[in-house]
Amino acid sequence: MAEVPLRDGLLLAAMLFSLGLTGLLVRRNLIMVLMSLEVMLNAAGLAFIVAAARWHQADGQVVFLFILAMAAAEVAVGLALVRQIYERFRSLDVDALSAMKG
Amino acid sequence: MDFAFYMAGAVAVIATFLMLTRVNVVHALLYLIVSLLAVAVVFYTLGAPFAAALEVIVYAGAIMVLFIFVVMMLNLGDRAAERERQWLTPGIWRGPALLAVVLVLEMFYLLRSDAAVLSTGAVDPQAVAIALFGPYLICVELASMLLLAGLVGAYHLGFHKAERRARA
Repeated sequence: MAEVPLRDGLLLAAMLFSLGLTGLLVRRNLIMVLMSLEVMLNAAGLAFIVAAARWHQADGQVVFLFILAMAAAEVAVGLALVRQIYERFRSLDVDALSAMKG
Repeated sequence: MDFAFYMAGAVAVIATFLMLTRVNVVHALLYLIVSLLAVAVVFYTLGAPFAAALEVIVYAGAIMVLFIFVVMMLNLGDRAAERERQWLTPGIWRGPALLAVVLVLEMFYLLRSDAAVLSTGAVDPQAVAIALFGPYLICVELASMLLLAGLVGAYHLGFHKAERRARA
């Protein structure tokens, strides 16, 4: 089997992570921010899978499972918060929340 | 195998970039789903079929359904029907469908190529399960507690509003 070099796998993970980070910083829609977070978590999981493939160990896939569980919990709470914020501010703009007091 | 990896990686990067540049959230969700499917193909080419299956089921399935559910829930109003018609115009799905077709062709290519070649470098689900319920058992318990906390938190945050509206 022709092995994919470790460098290329990590490069792909880094590209996806930086795309997610860019989205997180640039987009002002709360749902888009959450989606960018998903992309970043996914890229982190990809890095673990690449490492698991490099050393032929199962540990990387196990850690990917934990990232998956963490992402699911984060998204559930995050989307519930988004819904609360929309009810309260009638907007999904992140900048609308900059004056949150009390 | 190398070819499949680079192609799926390119699809993932392109779909993620297009996701970030969409103005409409539903269009961005379409591209995000394609991106996650592409990453699943990458996992498969890297010899992690179990992770690839979970990526499709949990990420592209469950988490994306949560997103779509919330997006649809937030847009209740007079403009909702008109906006939905605008979302579902035929031109919208062309981009995601094109990228998905690339992934489908790649999947056929991978399934037709020699399965024995693939399995030499692969870590099968059995090895993952043995590691998961062996040395990592305490982490499984912690993850289950985290999911329970997420469930309770989401229920609390979602319930609060309904209760308030019922009182008013």
